[in-house]
Amino acid sequence: MSQVLTRPLPQRAPWAAALARLNAVDVVLWGLRIGVVAVVIAGTIGTVVQDRYDAAQWVDFVVFGLTLGAIYAMIALGYTMVYGVLRMINFAHGDFVMCGAFAGYFVAVPLDRSGFLQDHAVLGMSAILLVSVITSTSIAVLTERIAYRPFRRVTGLAPLICAIGVSFFLEQTFRGMFGSAVKSYPSPAWQRATFDVFGFHLPRVDLLVIGLAVFFMAGLYLIVQRTKMGTAMRAVAEDGEAAALMGIDVNKVVVFTFVLGGAMAGIAGVFYAFVYKQVYFFMGFTPGVKAFGAAVLGGIGNIPGAMLGGLFLGMVESVGPTLFLDGLGIPAPYQLRDMIAFTLLIMVLIFRPQGLLGEKLAKKRA
Amino acid sequence: MSLRQQPAVRCALIGLVFGAVAVHLAIVGVLLMLHKRWIVVDTLSLGQATLLVIGLGAGAMAAARVATLGGKFGRGTVGHLGTGVVSGAACGVPIAALMLLTTLLPLQSIFIALSPDLVDMLSLGLDPAPGALALIVAAALAGLLGAALRIAPSAITRPLLPGAVTVLVAGVFQELIQLMLQQWPDVVGDAQDFIYTWEGLSVQGAVTLFVIATGLSVLFRAAQRRMVVHRGPPDPKRTRLMWAGISLLVLILLPAVAGSYIGQVLMLVGLYILMGMGLNLEVGLAGLLDLGFVAFFAVGAYTTALLTADSPHALMHLSYWAAMPVAVFMSVCVGVLFGLPVLGVRGDYLAVATMGLGEIVRVLVMSDFAAPLLGGAQGILQIPKPRIGDFVLSTPVSLFYLTLVCSAVAAFVAWRLENSRLGRAWMALRDDEDVAQALGINLVRSKLLAYGLGAAFAGLGGSIFGAMLTSVYPTSFQLLISINVLALIIVGGMGSLPGVILGSIALIGLPELLREFGEYRYLFYGAVLVIMMRLRPEGLWPSEARQRELHSRDETLALDAGADAVPAQGD
Repeated sequence: MSQVLTRPLPQRAPWAAALARLNAVDVVLWGLRIGVVAVVIAGTIGTVVQDRYDAAQWVDFVVFGLTLGAIYAMIALGYTMVYGVLRMINFAHGDFVMCGAFAGYFVAVPLDRSGFLQDHAVLGMSAILLVSVITSTSIAVLTERIAYRPFRRVTGLAPLICAIGVSFFLEQTFRGMFGSAVKSYPSPAWQRATFDVFGFHLPRVDLLVIGLAVFFMAGLYLIVQRTKMGTAMRAVAEDGEAAALMGIDVNKVVVFTFVLGGAMAGIAGVFYAFVYKQVYFFMGFTPGVKAFGAAVLGGIGNIPGAMLGGLFLGMVESVGPTLFLDGLGIPAPYQLRDMIAFTLLIMVLIFRPQGLLGEKLAKKRA
Repeated sequence: MSLRQQPAVRCALIGLVFGAVAVHLAIVGVLLMLHKRWIVVDTLSLGQATLLVIGLGAGAMAAARVATLGGKFGRGTVGHLGTGVVSGAACGVPIAALMLLTTLLPLQSIFIALSPDLVDMLSLGLDPAPGALALIVAAALAGLLGAALRIAPSAITRPLLPGAVTVLVAGVFQELIQLMLQQWPDVVGDAQDFIYTWEGLSVQGAVTLFVIATGLSVLFRAAQRRMVVHRGPPDPKRTRLMWAGISLLVLILLPAVAGSYIGQVLMLVGLYILMGMGLNLEVGLAGLLDLGFVAFFAVGAYTTALLTADSPHALMHLSYWAAMPVAVFMSVCVGVLFGLPVLGVRGDYLAVATMGLGEIVRVLVMSDFAAPLLGGAQGILQIPKPRIGDFVLSTPVSLFYLTLVCSAVAAFVAWRLENSRLGRAWMALRDDEDVAQALGINLVRSKLLAYGLGAAFAGLGGSIFGAMLTSVYPTSFQLLISINVLALIIVGGMGSLPGVILGSIALIGLPELLREFGEYRYLFYGAVLVIMMRLRPEGLWPSEARQRELHSRDETLALDAGADAVPAQGD
């Protein structure tokens, strides 16, 4: 009997077995991969050959990419931490960014008008960041308490649909409170100045954003790794029920997660507004979706992964249009910036949902 | 017993929550907007009615909740009424505080809705300090009334609701109703003069309507009870069918009677019914949450434009009837193309991936890259209206009938699909993909068919949309449309055809009729999505026993939501 069962199957070459399993869907997916790679390579070669941009422009692209990337990374942290603890996508996270930017705006405008922001840059920035962090953190905690907690143990589509509802509710609330017009963010003179490195003029606001973002993210990493609460958070992310049995107050941990995510979102909102110099009620949506892509790219639930994914996405978005599309002769490639970011997002979701640094997530959990 | 569990404190907390809702409405500007519409001229505005309902709710909720807690407070009839007063007063405090703050501080420079008009409304025309006091007293009275309604026997309270709703509808939609009534001055002229003044519902009219509607409701209930005694309880299926028939008849006749404005509104409702049925196949039956649905709508509209328009971008100059099937076919192709790459993506990730795909389509259409083909941000203009022989379907009413016919055909298709082998396969894969596959369902085929067929409905809608506007712009095809459609099938009930119709009327028709409401539509949608998911995830008109996707199998939740909201589940 056992001999029959253990008899080896007829051997085939691995490539032949793979070929035999190939079906139409795989062909399409491979076509998609090859197509995207081909466009990227052809565009890059075209751009390099044409050589229409000088070094200063490339440095600009890279610095802007790092700036955007740092902001995306901060937003992505919120997605990743909430996903780690609750296994849900907080669709409204992008709107926490918007809330923070708005709160900062109402501090920044009077400070700018009175000249305080110009004369006492550090104090002024601290005040703006503090108010925005308090606002977005309280909104994040309220959202969790009112909208998400009832869905803690619900599976299926309900939590996501609820989160979409929260997102719209927040956007429209801010629109109702502050109007739908685009408000221009103040930009004091010290921000507009440039900083000269090796003969390149780098915008000071970009360097400030990158520096502060790195600082805050390092702080977050220390909180998560070193404090008692951070340890509890990681324990809940590992296994919520076991953590509860070990005496960890899961509710407290979830609130703490939303506090951290909300704070990061608030800071990112102010930075985003300083870089783009405007605020409006829908501004959180696009960076939110992109940052979600960054979180997935880095491996959702993974904190260094989110930082890495954010930086990568910002870089691709900033350098990509010129590098990949300009060489193909596409007019106005910067218009397609969002398309590149979304393509990256979709490619990650399709081909590598566990991300670059991600644990081996079963597809079902994703 | 901690302070928070003291019955009186609980009452006050309930009231404060309701008060916070009122404050939110005020800060966002909804309250003042509603205040500008009368229900009864010079007596009761829609905004005041909203505040009243919030006060009533605070009282009723307190009476319902606190009585179960025990303790001395809240015992007996007087105690119940007392809880209502406490809760109502607590509900009034935040609003009064907001009003006082608005008069004291220059808040309007930040919160644009906190205008002197709002203060006027909230202070009931008095000075701020006595106004705030009056507001709290009024809220306490409303709370008392709410508690009284809650504990009164249902034989008294039940007929009041139809009466109130009748007055509300007659008052809020007075313009439309008056326009309709004016068409037959001989028949209803006197009645119209009695009920309405030039500006709206008069006091005598409101009272008369309320009495008539309440009386009719009492009589109807009595008759129904007699029927039940004689013939047994009515078949719920037949009652539903009867109501569906009545609403369909109203839908068919109304635009012809009520004129082009109603026709236009109903035409939009019809378009959303079409799209809703399409998304219903994807989300409701197959469980594929697709947020890029608007792309299919765009494909339908753009294909129609490219094939028929009298513009340099057009590829051909076909008649509308030749272009429509091509548009539908193109949408199916795009739907399948859309579905192919995301076949292996599940759940939340699928929602984000499809949203990304939809955004890519929009960005592409907007860009200069595709402008030579699709017209870029300027869009494609001069799409001819459809014509039958010499008759041009140019008025909204005639286009509405076109939409209606298409919706009817689509509804038939959707209904047959639902009960087909394919429909059952969809439901199986919605409930559990792995089990469905193990049972021999071809996942690839079923999913692609869901995307393709869902897209067909949206493409048909887009085609009519293009013909209605006679032009297509990329800005018409935003993510918001996908959200609209998603919201309406959730409100109506996932996987339920009558639910789609009900949802479109409630979410598309109503805001369109209350024109000034349009600005706050998405605020309302967001709140509706959250509240529906929390209280009634199966929708207003649920399909039978097909809501498992949205229901947790967790027993505690079923207990939380109340036994009536959750049907018995076998597993």
